[in-house]
Amino acid sequence: MQVRSQVSMVFHLDKCIGCHTCSIACKNIWTDRKGAEYMWWNNVETKPGTGFPTKWEDQEKYKGGFELAENGKLNIKSTSKTKIVPNIFHNPHMPTMDDYYEPWTYDYQNLFNAPEGSVQPTARPISMIDGKDIDIQAGPNWDDDLSGSPIYAENDANLEGLTERQRHELSAIERLVFFYFPRICNHCLNPCCVASCPSGALYKRGEDGIVLIDQKRCRAWRSCVAACPYKKTYFNWFTGKSEKCILCFPRLETGQAPACFHSCVGRIRYLGVLLYDADRLEEVAKLPDEELVEGHRSMILDPFDPQVIAEARKNGISEAVLEAAQNSPVYKFVKVWKIALPPHIEYRTLPMLFYVPPMSPVQASKPEDTIKHNSDNLFHDIDDSRVPMKFLANLFGAGHEGGVRYALAKQKAVRWHRRAETVGDVDRETADRILREANCSREEADAIYKLTTLCKFEDRFVIPPMHREQAIEMMKDPYEHKTEVGFGFVSGPARGL
Amino acid sequence: MDPRVLDQFLFIALPYVCLFTFFLMTIYRYRTQKFSYSSLSSQFLENRQHFFAVVPFHYGILAITLGHFIAFLIPKTVLAWNSHPLRLYILELSALAFGLLTLIGLVSIIMRRGSISKVRQVTTTTDWILFVLLIVQTALGISIAVIYPWGSSWFATILSPYLWSIFLLNPDISYLAASPLLVKSHIVLAFLIIGFFPFTRLVHLLVVPNPYLWRKVQVVRWYGNK
Repeated sequence: MQVRSQVSMVFHLDKCIGCHTCSIACKNIWTDRKGAEYMWWNNVETKPGTGFPTKWEDQEKYKGGFELAENGKLNIKSTSKTKIVPNIFHNPHMPTMDDYYEPWTYDYQNLFNAPEGSVQPTARPISMIDGKDIDIQAGPNWDDDLSGSPIYAENDANLEGLTERQRHELSAIERLVFFYFPRICNHCLNPCCVASCPSGALYKRGEDGIVLIDQKRCRAWRSCVAACPYKKTYFNWFTGKSEKCILCFPRLETGQAPACFHSCVGRIRYLGVLLYDADRLEEVAKLPDEELVEGHRSMILDPFDPQVIAEARKNGISEAVLEAAQNSPVYKFVKVWKIALPPHIEYRTLPMLFYVPPMSPVQASKPEDTIKHNSDNLFHDIDDSRVPMKFLANLFGAGHEGGVRYALAKQKAVRWHRRAETVGDVDRETADRILREANCSREEADAIYKLTTLCKFEDRFVIPPMHREQAIEMMKDPYEHKTEVGFGFVSGPARGL
Repeated sequence: MDPRVLDQFLFIALPYVCLFTFFLMTIYRYRTQKFSYSSLSSQFLENRQHFFAVVPFHYGILAITLGHFIAFLIPKTVLAWNSHPLRLYILELSALAFGLLTLIGLVSIIMRRGSISKVRQVTTTTDWILFVLLIVQTALGISIAVIYPWGSSWFATILSPYLWSIFLLNPDISYLAASPLLVKSHIVLAFLIIGFFPFTRLVHLLVVPNPYLWRKVQVVRWYGNK
């Protein structure tokens, strides 16, 4: 057993209102620069929808992630070691700006400088790359709320395996249904971007698992952009370097939550430490599809287990981090309650961002008659939900419904339990039965309820001290270091010389 | 001016200035401007023409450069190989083919850089100077291959000793005395490109990803040397 710690995340989709505040917070801090205008390290997608970049989940097109070869080896789909040499000059699976969008601004000067005429001057859209007039064809959240649209939603890769009726119900007029899917870098345990980088510029930080790109070692071979199945490494067209979500590590190191977490209006985001067994990484990444979710969860270790604590100490994990792991909200959602699931685990990168599948649009799937709340099957509305279980399973269960159904059933049980407690329109006996069938105790239901609805800042974000001072001490005298460092590079990130 | 003085300037002084600049500035740039070491790919802005321009250019120029290096390093082996006419023809023809491939790629690159406005945004003056140097050099090389054939052999007998004399710090330009103007221009331009190298995007050649094929799949960095 080799215990490592990882700062991990949970996004509670049932609470996401799709306001894009997270995206804006991130954009303002990190990507409001030349070359990075089109990047959205954090973005919010409407599901069903095509997302950003368009159809990123279609790995037939993008070739992201790993694939399990017949000889039992785990290969990078886009540029494996054998493919990197002939493809280094031109990456065959590199998405281009057309797959994202061409960033634009408006010609505001024209409002002031236009010669006098018979019509009002306008501020036409102009490209932020070459300054020319642009006919806007796409944007970062171009299909926002456009579920039901034949151009966008129907091309969602997660619709695979859905019946004709289910597809129809998803997009029927006046009945169409959607939910929001906010995304940042998953800071995977088996990151494909890191594995693919020919320069070794990408790396995972040992102490907290944050995946970063060493800007001074990146040589623009572009492999990471093609390799990341979530399309969360971006190519800066101006500096000629790849960039990605840094989980706001400068904020984390000073005890603050990342900007997107901090600003989240719906309070859907949780952040905390998970301990995991790094020795099992390869074995788990090679499991068959149906065992991946469970295998991934089994890698996460119990921070109260004395043996785990001893091994963690041996591996240099500090007491403060152990304590943070024990208080981690992520640990509860993922491991104890099992209601948070990794996105697209079939890409085999073992993402460390987990999603609580959404309940909100679940009910009222019956097109003709009304829903029978007194059905013998208490979970009939989940089984017949308007967002088909298969769709959610394609997103959060590698196509297998078990884990998703478990998470939804437990969420429903929590609601009914609370209704019995506070509203009283559900009798105690039914509530207990649904709790039992959802494998949930009253105490657990109350705990889920509390962390979901009454969570304060410090409940949602349990940030361990990052001990960057130790990193400095190992290399030089901290007092000397203090006088030497400024902010960022000494030289600005310009293109070439 | 006395032509001998000119020759001494072009084939002794200039090479040393250019080589010195090359070594000094690449190291200096790597130590002070490490961020600027990048291939500065523009594939993200335009994909299709990129393939048809960049791929032939790179395969062409790599083969040609490798050929020059081999003739420089092991001239005797090259001469031995060429002793059989058929092998000589094969070598010359493939060299010419790679030269043409380079030229086609380079022309496509220049056309792409000039015609696509987004790509033009990331093309600097240095890039344009470099393109001119490279295309003239490639054109000179191909002309020499056509006008003065069996270059693989006479390179090994004339140029290789000259280059060795430069590197062994005992310059001897008598080897070049009978060389035609085209060949002399090709040599001068080659040294100019070497001298210009550290100031251009060509530096990505020095940071090709050699460790990738041997390193572990995942990269983890710890605070200290864990």
